[in-house]
Order: sequence, then C-alpha cells, then structure tokens
Amino acid sequence: MAVDLARWQFGVTTVYHFLFVPLTIGLGFLIAILESIYVAKNDEKYKKMAQFWMKFFLINLAIAVVTGIFQEFQFGMNWSTYSRFVGDVFGPSLAVEGLAAFFLESTFLGVWLFGWERLPKKVHLASIWLVSLGSTLSAFWILTANAFMQEPMGYAIHDGRAEMTSFGAILTNPQLWVEFPHVFFGAIATGSFFMVGISAWYLLRKRSIDLFQPSFRIATVVALISSILTAVVGHEQAQHEVVAQPMKMAAAEALWNTSPLHAPETLIAGIDAAGHHNTFAIKIPYLLSILSYNRLSGRVQGINQLQQQFVQKYGPGNYIPNVYISFWTFRIMVGAGSLMVLLSLIGLVLFLRDRELKHGWFLKSMLAAIALPYIANTAGWIFTEMGRQPWIVYGLLQTRDAVSPTVSNANVLFTLVGFAFVYIVLLTIGVYLAARAVRQGPDDENEREDGIPSNLLLEPSGGSAS
Amino acid sequence: MTLNSLWFALIVILFTGFFVLEGFDFGVGILAPIVGKSDEERRLLYNSIGPFWDGNEVWLIAAGGAMFAAFPQWYATLFSGFYIPLFLLVIALIARGVGLEYRSKLPAQHWRKAWDTAIFLGSVLPPIIWGIALANIMKGVPIDAQMNDVGSLWGLVNLYSVVCAIALMLLFATHGALFLTLKTTGEIQTRARKAARRTGLWTTIFMLIFVILSYFYSSIFSKTGIDPGTIAVLAGISLISVPFFIRAKKDGWAFLMTSFTIVFSTITVFIDLFPRVMVSSLNPNWSLTIYNAASNPYSLHVMTWIALTLIPIILGYTIWTFWTFRKRLSLHDHMEY
Repeated sequence: MAVDLARWQFGVTTVYHFLFVPLTIGLGFLIAILESIYVAKNDEKYKKMAQFWMKFFLINLAIAVVTGIFQEFQFGMNWSTYSRFVGDVFGPSLAVEGLAAFFLESTFLGVWLFGWERLPKKVHLASIWLVSLGSTLSAFWILTANAFMQEPMGYAIHDGRAEMTSFGAILTNPQLWVEFPHVFFGAIATGSFFMVGISAWYLLRKRSIDLFQPSFRIATVVALISSILTAVVGHEQAQHEVVAQPMKMAAAEALWNTSPLHAPETLIAGIDAAGHHNTFAIKIPYLLSILSYNRLSGRVQGINQLQQQFVQKYGPGNYIPNVYISFWTFRIMVGAGSLMVLLSLIGLVLFLRDRELKHGWFLKSMLAAIALPYIANTAGWIFTEMGRQPWIVYGLLQTRDAVSPTVSNANVLFTLVGFAFVYIVLLTIGVYLAARAVRQGPDDENEREDGIPSNLLLEPSGGSAS
Repeated sequence: MTLNSLWFALIVILFTGFFVLEGFDFGVGILAPIVGKSDEERRLLYNSIGPFWDGNEVWLIAAGGAMFAAFPQWYATLFSGFYIPLFLLVIALIARGVGLEYRSKLPAQHWRKAWDTAIFLGSVLPPIIWGIALANIMKGVPIDAQMNDVGSLWGLVNLYSVVCAIALMLLFATHGALFLTLKTTGEIQTRARKAARRTGLWTTIFMLIFVILSYFYSSIFSKTGIDPGTIAVLAGISLISVPFFIRAKKDGWAFLMTSFTIVFSTITVFIDLFPRVMVSSLNPNWSLTIYNAASNPYSLHVMTWIALTLIPIILGYTIWTFWTFRKRLSLHDHMEY
C-alpha cells in the first residue's frame, strides 16, 4: 500500500515537474538566440522579442524551480531504502546537478533580469547563454542518475549496497547517451512549438506582425530540426532498449511471444493482459525488425519468454510491466512526435514561400500543436519509467523493496493530497498568467494602465549600458 | 583530515552558506508586512532580494545533494524521519518562490495581498522548521539499529526545539532587517533599523534561553565542559555587538555581525555533533557518524575533485553578482517583482 502511494506521489510530482522543465530548456535556448541576433544586428526588435518571451520563461520557471526542490527531497522522504542502496552512485549526480547547474542557472537568471541597465550588452548576452547552459546541464546530470537506474554501470555490490567503482563508466553509460539527446532535443522542440504556437495566435489576429513573423520563422526552423533529431535519437534509443531492456520494448509492442524471423510491427492492438494475448492487431510486415535492428530480419523476444528467463535469473516473481500502459504511451509519444515533424515541415514550406500568413487553418493548427510536445514528453516518461517496472534499479532492486520503512501510509497520503492540491492551484495560476501575458502582448500600454512599471519590457533605446 | 571529515566540513559550509544567505531573504519576507507600509514599498523590499534569493536557495539544494552523495545514510534517515516538517518546508519554499515571481504580475489588490501572505508564511516557516530540525538533531531522535528514525512527528516538538525555532526565526528577521538597512534609504531604512533593534533584542534573549536549555537537552556541554569553546563564544559576542553597531549607524558592520552569529552558531552545532551526524536517543551506538553513514572512499574521492573544481567558480560568480548589484534601491528603480 505504502509503495503504491509513494509510486503515485513520484509519478504525479515528476510528470508535473517535467511539464515545466522542457519549456525552460527550450525557450531559454530560443531567447538566447534572439538576444544573440539583437547583439549582432543591433536591432531593438529582437531585444523586444527576447523580453517578451522571457515573460513566459519566468512564469514557467517559477513552477519548475520550486517543484524541483521536492524532487530532490522525495528520494529521502519516500524512498529511503533506495537512497541507502544507491546513494554512492546516484547521490553524486544530484550533487553535481546542484553545484554545476542550479547555481549557474539561478545566479545568471538574476543577472539577466536585473542587469539590462547595468551590464555591457555582451556580458548580458553571456548571462542568458549561461542560464541556458545551466538548465541543459541540469538535465544532463539528472539523466545521468536516471540512466543508472535504467542500466546500472560503474558499481559493485558491497554489504548490500551499490558502491561506485567507476565514475567514468557512469558518465559513458550508453543509456545516458541515447536518453540525454532524446530529452534535450525534445525540450528544444517543446520550446519552439510553444513559440510557434503563440506567434501563430498573433499572426492570426494580425497583431505586431513585425515581431511575431520573425519569432514564428526562427522557431519553425528550430522546431523542424529539433523534432527530427528527437525522432532520430528516439529510434536509436529504442534499438538500444531492445538489447538493454528487452522486456520494456516487448511491452511497448504488446509482443507476448517471440516474433518470427521477419518481425511485423503491431500498429494497434486490443490487449488482454490477464490472458497474455491480444484480441486483435493491425500489423505492418517487417517493420519491427527494421525498427529494432535496421534489417529486414531479426527476432524480437516476447514477454512470456522473457518472463521465464527472468524467473531463472532473478528467482520467482512477476517481471512484466503494465503492458497496456507501455503499449499505448509508446504509441502516443511516437504519434505526437510524428505529427510535430509533419507540422513543422509544412511550416517551413509555407515560410520559404512567404505564405504562412495566408493559411489561417495552419496557424490555428500550430496554436493547438503547443499541446503536442507536452503529450509526447509526458507519455514518454510514463513509458520509460513504468516500462522498467518492477525494477527501480534495473536488475538490482525492485520498487516494492525501495520505500521508506518508517513512513506511514497516512503520511504519504497526506503529502500526496497536499502536493496534488498545491500543484493544481499552481498550474491554474501559471496557465492564467501565461494566457494573460498573451492577451497583453508585447506592447506596454495595457501594463501602464494596470500600474505596473513596464521598464523591463520597453525601455528607451540605448538603455543598456554598452 | 580524512575525506569523511572533509565532506562533513563541506556540508557544514553549504548549510552555513544557506543560513547566512537565505537567512536575510527569509528575514526580508518576515518583516515585509511591518517595514513595507504600502504596496510600492513592499515591492521595493522584495526587489532588494530579487537578484539573489534564487541563487541563495540553491545552497540548500546543493547541501541536500552533497548529503545524499557523501552520507546517503544520513540523507535517508533525516529525510524519512523528518517527513512532515520537510513537506511543510517544501510547501513554504514553493509559496515564497512563486509568490515573489507572481505577485506583481497583476495589479489587483486582493491578488497582491494573497501573495504577500504566501511570501510571509513561506519566509517564516522555513527558519521555524530548521530550528526544530537542528534542535532535534542535537538532542537526538529515536534511531534504531537499522538506522531508521522510528519517532513520531510530535516527538519532534518539545520545549528545546520550539525555543530553537523561535530563536532562529528571530535571528533571521534581524539579519534581514539589517540587509534592508544596506539596500534602502530614507523612511524605509529607518524602519528597518528600528525593526533590527527590536528583533535583535528578542533574538539575544531566546538564544540565551536556548544555550541554557542545551545544557539539559544536548550533549554540547558534556562534551566541551562549561566553557563552550571559542567559536560558541564568538557567536555570542557577535550577537551582543549588533545593537552597538546599529546605534552607531554602522549598518554594514551590524549585518556582518549577524552573519558571524549565524556562521559561528551553525559551526558550534556541528562541532557538537562531530563525528556524529545524527544522534540516536535509543542507543549511542546506533548514532549515525561520518563513517557509518558515508559513501565509499571512491565516491568521496571523485566528489572531492568535482567540488574542489566547482566551488571556487561558484564563489567567484556569486561574489561578482553581489558586487554588480551592490547599489541601494529606490522607488524609481527598475522593479522586477
């Protein structure tokens, strides 16, 4: 029971936290590009754009930062047995994340925000790039920790604990080098789809086209590149998992029994998890072999066979993750990602022909498409974490054995409800503020009526102390 | 010095840095309703910590991360044992952080009032929770042979921990008031100075009670004898000197003295503990120490190289930031919050 509650708490708070992290990474990167153009061209328009998009970055980051604190705390609070077991290996990544990434990001964000009038242009520009670097490093170190959980490396079991034996092995974990690029490009795609979508809203209304057409175009190019790279790296990641975590990929395919030599891909299926079979399936010949091995032939191991192997290797038990969730979250992720590639490709074609303003339907779709990366990110994380079950550290420690033995159900339930409540309130407020910032737009007249000094948004040209 | 001791020292430094730096942020949040009479004035107060508070908070995250990495058993026992207080701490930090960022996004009075309340509660709760935690770490909690804290929430609340909580809250309030005397001018500065004098007096009283109670509740005097040692005495002297500097309007010195008070008091607490990191009230042998709670030597070794490389860089740019934004604020300045 406590383990279920703790898992719900981890799932809910992590998925929630990760709604805000990708936009921080992606939008921060785009703002850094905009300010670089401003410094290079000395065109105030790009400064105004950077400052406009910063509003959303800040609304988003406020929630990302404060919810991140609990992410660090909950390993100790809810999963103390896990923390004792892997502290040697897992702790250092978190510590380095704090030292190398958070300090950089938060310090230079303060410098950026308060430094427009105090710093030379280039120093100010450096500060946003350091913010961007900080948030990217943060993702890198947290994924170093996660990669260890997915594919433990560089450790030895000693006195019932995993002790680090090679930091080099932890940093060169192949899992890390498929996972990090996938998450990173996904985050850049999230930021660029956000920028494209909001820009589309203004273009539809013919408001401030001088600002939002360049935003739309820059972000469209970044969206296309990043969504293609996300897909390419995602494909490599899937191929790696076929070897490293075969059960996860078998569950993702709802492949109950080992495939024939030429493995067909199941597009959709009716899953009967209790009966270990699918009630119906639509299949594409050869595709699973191609996806798994880049060849027309190649068997992929099935759930039932893997279960038998695992029983022999790890002893009696159920080693099958939730097949229904694995199968559908994988498809939702891939589907949303494919749509992102398609939409940004159309966007690029329209932009190259100078026709994006003429296609209202497309602008409307791009506004709606803001949701796509969020859907893909969430489904992707649910898939990768739930597909690993019952393991918390793959092959080493099961989730049910990892919880805090002294924390009562009542306490976990209390904090779960508490966080859920606070997080819902925060999300409501954040979305409300973002929507309001969109309505207000980049012009400062509305803000002046409101009585908020708008010197952040528009200051006399030459305001920066260069 | 062994690597275990080095990491103990580094964690003490990170916590001390957190208390000194976030201490004045919390103090500003606690005093905002008193020192800031109007909405504009409160904005000014929040902006005084604007460029710093987020970076200051990272000291806590780094301390938590370092504890996890260097002493995973300590991290696991402390965080699972102090479950509800840490939940409240996170909620408080959420309320304050979001409050600072969102407060000035809307002009409506009820919106700003609500966030003022959130910032106040988010600033007053953390020192109280840390006070309770520190007192209980010194006093000892029921840690069993498996290193699990089997105590209850109400076991953490006692005369000793409550006095420590109030003392820490008052100390941070004084510290924050003195920070404001450095960052403001005119009427607000006068009010901040007045607040520093008042809270300073109460801080001294509660700190004194806390020291006396420590004689009965903790092992500090049994370890050191009646003379608690140079560092503890320095903490006392720094605190007592504060009102003299305030009266002489040497605000910088006064602020330095509350900083010293925090530094020396924190070090005193950890010296009392050393080489233990958490005291078991059930059996002294079940206490967690820098040896039985630590990571293996290889981890500590790797971490040491990383920390020794990164910490000078972090200190470098942090000091640069404080230097860049050293100017006093006025109501005509750019306000972000």
